Amino acid sequence: MTRCDLIVAGVGGQGILAIATTIAEAGLAAGLRVKQSEVHGMAQRGGAVQAHVRLSSETVWSDLIPKGAADLILSMEPMEALRYVPWLQPDGWLVANETPVQNMAAYPDLHAVRSAIGAWPRHVLFDASAVARKGGLPKAANMAVLGAAAPFLPLPAAVLEAGIRRRFACKGAAVAEANVMVFQAARTLAESIRRPASVGATHADR
Amino acid sequence: MSETVKLWLGDEAVAHGAMDAGISGVYGYPGTPSTEILECVQRHPRAVERNIHRQWSANEKTAYEEALGMSYAGCRALVTMKHVGLNVAADAFINSAVTGVNGGLVVAVADDPSMHSSQNEQDSRFYARFAMVPLLEPSNQQEAYDMTRRAFDCSEEFGLPVVVRLVTRLAHSRSGVHAVPPREENPLRLPEDRRQFVLLPANARRNYEQLLAKQPRVQALSETSPYNAFEDGSDGTMGVVVCGLAYNYLRECFPHGCPYPTVAIRQYPAPAELLRRLAGRVRRWLVIEEGAPFLEEQLRGMLPSGVEITGRMDGRLPRTGELSPDTVAAAFGLTLGSGAAVAQVVAARPPVLCAGCPHADSYRFITEVMKDHPHGRVFSDIGCYTLGALPPFDAIDSCVDMGAAITMAKGAADAGVRPALAVIGDSTFTHSGMTGLLDAVYEGTPITVVILDNGTTGMTGGQVSMGSGRFKEILRGLGVAEEHIRVVKPVRHEHERNVAILREEIAHKGVSVLVALRPCIHVTGKEA
Repeated sequence: MTRCDLIVAGVGGQGILAIATTIAEAGLAAGLRVKQSEVHGMAQRGGAVQAHVRLSSETVWSDLIPKGAADLILSMEPMEALRYVPWLQPDGWLVANETPVQNMAAYPDLHAVRSAIGAWPRHVLFDASAVARKGGLPKAANMAVLGAAAPFLPLPAAVLEAGIRRRFACKGAAVAEANVMVFQAARTLAESIRRPASVGATHADR
Repeated sequence: MSETVKLWLGDEAVAHGAMDAGISGVYGYPGTPSTEILECVQRHPRAVERNIHRQWSANEKTAYEEALGMSYAGCRALVTMKHVGLNVAADAFINSAVTGVNGGLVVAVADDPSMHSSQNEQDSRFYARFAMVPLLEPSNQQEAYDMTRRAFDCSEEFGLPVVVRLVTRLAHSRSGVHAVPPREENPLRLPEDRRQFVLLPANARRNYEQLLAKQPRVQALSETSPYNAFEDGSDGTMGVVVCGLAYNYLRECFPHGCPYPTVAIRQYPAPAELLRRLAGRVRRWLVIEEGAPFLEEQLRGMLPSGVEITGRMDGRLPRTGELSPDTVAAAFGLTLGSGAAVAQVVAARPPVLCAGCPHADSYRFITEVMKDHPHGRVFSDIGCYTLGALPPFDAIDSCVDMGAAITMAKGAADAGVRPALAVIGDSTFTHSGMTGLLDAVYEGTPITVVILDNGTTGMTGGQVSMGSGRFKEILRGLGVAEEHIRVVKPVRHEHERNVAILREEIAHKGVSVLVALRPCIHVTGKEA
């Protein structure tokens, strides 16, 4: 039986839904049952936003993931990754962009945030924004986070890449291909971090 | 993957279900979590090709009445709104049960338990019961599609409007849906009885008798509906009554089947026979429903003594807020998983006005002026600008219902509050602010209204705003004196001028209006 529950987290406006929908569509394309619960409305104005994505070879009942049951959290923002830890299994993976969105009066100490992520047994903390910039697409940090999550999803990378191409087809083949390149770069990075011992690591500061 | 499986939001499934049921029009006013229903029809290739009506209306009442007019003409119409929108449309809705309908008329209402984007968590099932019309409550996206089509069949069979109730967690959740071939639209067919829609008392009394006479058939359809089921279980120590989407949480707890005899309800009025059958099997019931304890309350009053009921009303399930797999599991004494606690370092991140938002500049000049008036008050309304209630602005004193900024300011001014300001968005003004402004104009009440005209219905994602850019004409037409209609531009370098203008208009002892005109940054794509 295949089964993967994940939470996509971030701040309204960061492209959370694009990540979630790309995964959910790839799940359908791979023949899995899918549910994807997402947030619209007021929270999209710079508030905390999350999507629950559930993939399974069996019927998916609840649209929401029970607490302690998620296999994976992927987050566009470091503090937002920590917000959903109650939903993560003790041996689940935490994949997060290290670049904060400081749109609030008192953003906590960034070092403390990164340390809390670093204390999670299985984690990938990396600079998704830098990966996107390097790929020439500064706004594609969400595709980098998707790429970093790819090694932990029960989906062939090729199916996800085909989904990215479809998503960006309207913007031309060159843009679509550049997004796929960002995805691939982050995926390679995450695979290098995910060591055989399955111990997470923080990607070294550049 | 089968080619026909589509990944649709619950909202989109309703839209496609209505399209494939052969609607000639959809009407509505945007409101989270219902907005994507009408937007989905707007994008639908067949809707474009056949010119299915798919424009937004000024408010939910006008939307409902327009849909009723289409139904009058024999065609099928879908009307969509959020739960509180049904309050606005309630007069038309309740009376349309008395007139009955001609072409199929379906009301898709999206409730918002937990108030993710709303002022209350009212449960639309009360409205359907109040109006004495059938209500369908899908538990998943496939049912949202299938049941919308069924709702049109019911509507035409009984000659009644039918409600499809969604909740946030279905409206905004995607899953695979199989669609079936579409059917044709109805031809134009006017009502045979020209008195049907004339609710003069004599006709209304006759129609009301007819509405009552339909009820046994409506009830019978619930008893035999494929969407209401008695599912037997091996453990008779407890029975379960589960409504709509809550069924998913029940099955999340018991993926291989619930051990307790269960009545699953997705069509109302509630199936009394199935419930009596459960009463014959078990005496202790758990009632699980998303929203209010609507059915629980009825059951507590209708069952033979000796049936013990537990649910939201006695705290077995939380009395407020949406359910989750975890709260339902706890009601059975189960735990589905165990997660870590949130790290202490995590802080709340409430929504904020976007960087460069014109509303922020408006609130800067408003708060500067109001600093000098500690006993003055700013009545506001529903939209992005409600975020002006939060720091750093702390600029507004009310947000109650669409349009209430102006009328509450008027009432407060009547009581002696000076200055009484109303801050209202362009779309909210045309929704139901402008009728209240007539009251103030007629009486010459000393209020100052600030219309934040950003050219769009922003909070719900940027829908058309029909008064935008034309407020000078509209205000003149409503009778506001020309010299007290002041158009200002909410930008930083106009701040001092805007402060001065607001001070002048506050000093006026009658109605004055500032139109703060600058497009939403999501419309222009750039900051000022």
